[in-house]
Amino acid sequence: MDRKQYCVKLSVQPSRGLMDEKFIVLVQNALPGSQLTIRALHQCEDGHSWEAFGHYTADTTGTINVSEDPSIGGTYSGVEQMGLLWSFRPIPGSKSGLRMRKKNIQTPMEVTISVYQGHQTEGFADLVPLSGVAVERWYMAPGVRRIPVTEGGLTAALFLPSGPGPFPGLLDLWGGGGQLVEYRAALLASHGFASMAIDYLTAKITMETGKMVDNQYFETAYRVLQQHPQVCGSKIAMIGLSFGTSITLKMAVYSEVIKLSAAVCISGSHVQPVDGSVEEILRFFQKNGEKTRFSEKNEVIWRDLLLPIPTDPSLKVNVGRLQCPLLLVVGEDDQNWPSQESALDIKEMMARAGNSHLLTVLSYPNAGHLIEPPYTPHARSSTLKTVEIEEKVMCLWGGQTVEHSRAQEDAWKKMVVFLKENLYGGRNPTSFSHL
Amino acid sequence: MTQAVPPILSITPSRALVDEKFQVLVENLPPGCPVTLHSLHHSEDKDDWEAYGHYVSDHRGVVSVTEDLSFGGTYTGKEPMGLLWSMRPVPGSREGLRLRKINVCTPMLVNISVHSGHEDFRDRTPLASALAERWYMAPGVKRIDINKQGVQGTLFIPPGPGPFPTLLDMWGGGVGLLEYRSALLASRGYVSFSLDYLRSEHLSADVEFKYFETAFNIIRNHPQVIPDRVGILGISLGSTVAFNLTAYSTIIKPRCIVCISSNHYHPPGTTLKAGFKILSKYVLLTVCHENLMIIQIIVTNMYHRHFHKAHFDENNYMSWRSFGLDLIADPSNNVEVGRINCPMLLVNGCDDQNWPTVETAEEVARLLREGGKEHLLSRLAYPGAGHLIEPPFSPHFRATKFIILNSKKKVILLWGGHTKAHSDAQEDSWRKILSFLQLHLYHSPSVKAKL
Repeated sequence: MDRKQYCVKLSVQPSRGLMDEKFIVLVQNALPGSQLTIRALHQCEDGHSWEAFGHYTADTTGTINVSEDPSIGGTYSGVEQMGLLWSFRPIPGSKSGLRMRKKNIQTPMEVTISVYQGHQTEGFADLVPLSGVAVERWYMAPGVRRIPVTEGGLTAALFLPSGPGPFPGLLDLWGGGGQLVEYRAALLASHGFASMAIDYLTAKITMETGKMVDNQYFETAYRVLQQHPQVCGSKIAMIGLSFGTSITLKMAVYSEVIKLSAAVCISGSHVQPVDGSVEEILRFFQKNGEKTRFSEKNEVIWRDLLLPIPTDPSLKVNVGRLQCPLLLVVGEDDQNWPSQESALDIKEMMARAGNSHLLTVLSYPNAGHLIEPPYTPHARSSTLKTVEIEEKVMCLWGGQTVEHSRAQEDAWKKMVVFLKENLYGGRNPTSFSHL
Repeated sequence: MTQAVPPILSITPSRALVDEKFQVLVENLPPGCPVTLHSLHHSEDKDDWEAYGHYVSDHRGVVSVTEDLSFGGTYTGKEPMGLLWSMRPVPGSREGLRLRKINVCTPMLVNISVHSGHEDFRDRTPLASALAERWYMAPGVKRIDINKQGVQGTLFIPPGPGPFPTLLDMWGGGVGLLEYRSALLASRGYVSFSLDYLRSEHLSADVEFKYFETAFNIIRNHPQVIPDRVGILGISLGSTVAFNLTAYSTIIKPRCIVCISSNHYHPPGTTLKAGFKILSKYVLLTVCHENLMIIQIIVTNMYHRHFHKAHFDENNYMSWRSFGLDLIADPSNNVEVGRINCPMLLVNGCDDQNWPTVETAEEVARLLREGGKEHLLSRLAYPGAGHLIEPPFSPHFRATKFIILNSKKKVILLWGGHTKAHSDAQEDSWRKILSFLQLHLYHSPSVKAKL
């Protein structure tokens, strides 16, 4: 094929999108019927390279529309509009156990999307693409502001939407790996929620004193958020993933200070010593450490640590006392926490207590533990250093990539609607039913 | 403490290229609630521009600018992009302003807010607002200053391995170098060179002609350029350059040309700059001697016999259209467009008050027909559109101020056009210009069709 004769035109629209927005990848002016590979390349902050690619055949007009045409091979197949993002995997030769997570969310994720002649599977670095474009994926919408929060000894970051406000508030908690993880809060602020991401395991105060935070730490976060002039103090929700679920459920039920309008619990459990501190809960998990299993690849499986679900009420958050709507998101192939068994038990407890009208469960077959914002590449396992153990382990999260990615997309959409309905709604019962 | 929870205003996408559409949505309003959507932009020149539409929410408490009708404001009807193209300077601004971005590396920021009420919406603080970024440059587009062999301008290169089809992009007379269209063309896959051709003083028409040929060659020889896929795009005076080069150059053969607000007036032996200076002198004289409708100027120049048709409209805005008609009446003053041998797209506004561009396009069509080359020509003539046909969603200016060279005198020049029709023309013409360029510069026509 004479390159001069066919100038392949590649476009991605929008070229600057939010992380949860879809894009349309279009190839035009290719040789009709030709075989082409569309590939995405991303180098993350720690220097590792990730790629995703699909194999296509140009139609009679020389066009490929990724949102309409099927990929017949590559890292994804079928009609997958966003396959070039969610099927990202480390390039061949990378070390194992990587997970893609952006730390600096004030700059966009940069992705190069290129089109190559033929159905290629490797050696891309040595090939010259026919065309290539740069795409930016942002966590923060224009006008969203990031404000570091240190008052009251907190290690947190508040993301405020653009506009006068006041905005409903959100406390955002991640899991056992600790750190201040900001990307979900930044994205939720882009949807109109004043979101505070909180580090509660490796907070500055813990690193300096060696002591874990107590329950007041979360109540302080709630107060700081509630008192902010641009936050609607009576509309605050909490979202937790993994260990963050333990905190969320505990606060929702037992805190005298925290009054939540809604709670979202992803991949977690209500099993914990009731009214225990963070430290006590962690010790409870460690006590059951001998129940740790290993996969054939020697990956750590921690889901049994909390099984069987206890019948002793002092070992489970009394969800029968919950007074706000609760959304549970469960991956049925979760190998890290027994989130499915916990969800079933929660359902039973709430049915007995008569408050199950507050409960919504989203349960996804073949989804794993790490149910992240949409198009986040799926990590079935990755290396993890938790606050309990000193050295890194290869942790099995679970999930099959295609189903896990669909679960992320669906759960996010439903989560945003759930939050909008409970934090913004009330004025009009049909407000968000069109979403 | 309970506070009222506000509506949610969202703009999708919040970051877009300037020729891309967005959806503005307001949710969580009370049903049947009168609101005003208001857009605000603070320009590089420190002026404020705004647009607004009056809406009423539906039973779900939703206002969708894409789906709903505006009942009044700076635009009415179903206008998804009305909050951009109907923008105008806020009340109290200076007269005759024009909105054009000079720094194309940063986005244009537009703040869109929702207020309760219609007529009195300004009295209240907004209920919610969001910010949109409108970009001229897609990610990865490179901007390069060019100063080579005397040729000056700015080059924009798309991301990707290249090489690319390419455009020589020329603006009209007046203000300095404008880069935004080139930046946008590069974002659409073309290397685009915005040529600065009025700043330098060319001593003669030959020297000036050589300047354009040198510019074309520099571009053609650039490693990122496909040498036989170079076209020319010009607006107003820039279209004169396009006609002139394509008709007379023995070394430059553009693959296609696009002329917006076509002007083929270029008497042999004169330079563009000199012609433009003389035009400006005429304007100055006309302004100084407003009552003198017949002016005899004893200078040997191309315009001297024709200065009797000064035309001021009811607002005292000046139109060059009628005397332009006189000038082009003499074919010896015009570029012999019949010599052109490449595909040509002419885009004109039928309400152009600055130059007789529609008549020019008709003349071009006639000359090509006579030469059996009418199949080369495509014409777009938009009723109600004026002279300044810009990329889509740019605000329309029916008249703007024009400062006469070296004097403190300014006049308001009438460009023409009626805002809604003009904006529709900008949107439609851009799409058609891009598809024309894609056909001729990207697509490879068969040998038979090639001319």
